[in-house]
Amino acid sequence: MRSPFRPDVPPDAAVLDDHKPLIRSLDRRGLIRGGLSLGALVMLTGCDVKRPEAVESALLAISRFNDGVQALLFDPNKLAPTYAASMILRPPKFNAYYDVMDVKPVNGVTWRLEVSGLVADKRAWTLSDLQALPQTSMVIKHICVEGWSYIGGWTGVPLRLFLERVGADLRAKYVAFRTADNYPSSIDMASALHPQTLLALKYGGDTLADPFGYPLRLRTAVKLGYKNPKWVTAIEVTNKYPGGYWESLGFPWFAGI
Amino acid sequence: MRHVKTEAPAIETLAVRTARRLHPWPVRIMHWVNAVIMLIMITSGWGIYDDDVIIRGFHFSSFWRLGDWAAWSLNWHFAGMWFLVINGLIYLAYGVASGRFRERLLPIRPAEVVQTVIDTLHFKIAHEDITVYNAVQKLLYIIVILAGISQVITGIAIWKPVQFSGLVSLLGGFQTARVLHFAGMAVIVGFLIVHVALALLVPKTLWAMVSGGPRLKPRGRAKEGHAA
Repeated sequence: MRSPFRPDVPPDAAVLDDHKPLIRSLDRRGLIRGGLSLGALVMLTGCDVKRPEAVESALLAISRFNDGVQALLFDPNKLAPTYAASMILRPPKFNAYYDVMDVKPVNGVTWRLEVSGLVADKRAWTLSDLQALPQTSMVIKHICVEGWSYIGGWTGVPLRLFLERVGADLRAKYVAFRTADNYPSSIDMASALHPQTLLALKYGGDTLADPFGYPLRLRTAVKLGYKNPKWVTAIEVTNKYPGGYWESLGFPWFAGI
Repeated sequence: MRHVKTEAPAIETLAVRTARRLHPWPVRIMHWVNAVIMLIMITSGWGIYDDDVIIRGFHFSSFWRLGDWAAWSLNWHFAGMWFLVINGLIYLAYGVASGRFRERLLPIRPAEVVQTVIDTLHFKIAHEDITVYNAVQKLLYIIVILAGISQVITGIAIWKPVQFSGLVSLLGGFQTARVLHFAGMAVIVGFLIVHVALALLVPKTLWAMVSGGPRLKPRGRAKEGHAA
């Protein structure tokens, strides 16, 4: 069941063309905020047209409400569909808020995974420490908020197992991530404990390649693509809302699928 | 005799004055609420679509997109969905409970549909009596109601493809569900173009959706007309 939307050729720099309108509109945003689209005008009848921020805060309030609804809809025992290893896209699709040429490779030898917050053991982890932990593999669909999707095969340490090893407070609300590419992200504890949420070290049986998050990235089957930070350098267990890169620009935080 | 002659019309007038309107107030409110929500859902949907197009090279220009970029289009869409579903559910419940659907949309006879299409092609569009829908009108209203229901179902599928993975596989997979959601939009937009164009061509139908329109004869006596 090959998706007709999956690219025929391995991704190259041209995949970024997809995101150029987004980047352009980011620059344009302040300008466009002054004006309003047709639909907004319809909705804004009676509101102060000069203050679309009021609309934005209303939309953000509904988005936070939706985060709560999504948490209620989330079934911790519901598994995402899995696929045959033969369906894995090689290499995976590159996606970030910058060009693939701007990826800064991380040195796996000097790399450390810091652990902080509501955990018993705050010792930093080396790559070989993590490789020594029990590993799990899954072939799942990656679904981007934009609409595209592909099937990928991931191997790594279940985040639940890792959190248990470091003595994390599993009743805490959030698990937050910091990355080498300055792409903070965070997920709810229930999703963090889901069996298809991995600290991924491998793709398609091979060590992660640099553009896809070497040495370690988060890969969860129960969230949209942007909730899967690459080049993870630190994990924090916390009750204080940590937010994230796209979330701070307006995207929904929960982003469960 | 004189008493009867003067009183009979008086009773008739009272009956007419208190008779139901073509569009009772709940229908009018739900119609206009839905009109605003549909515009929000369609134009914000175009904003989301434009981030990763289904039809290569087919984009919606920024004028047609609600939300200055994808994040805000998404927020509009995920806010509008609640109002669409709540308003839609009340509308469906009202339509069934009040008998409006059965009264206005049924029955549809295929022969009448064909005849209306032929008449329309000959520019014979009857609209003297706006209280009676022709077979094509009935069919279009039923199609757009079903398309609205379908949009909610395919929308849930692409919103939560893991939580509702059974629904997604029933629809033929995530990407197929996404295309169906896009196609549903196209059906609704197609309906809107015809619907708005005809409402503007026959403005009394537009006014009827504001004021309520003509009063209806009591139900069950529609074919008898006024009592002789």
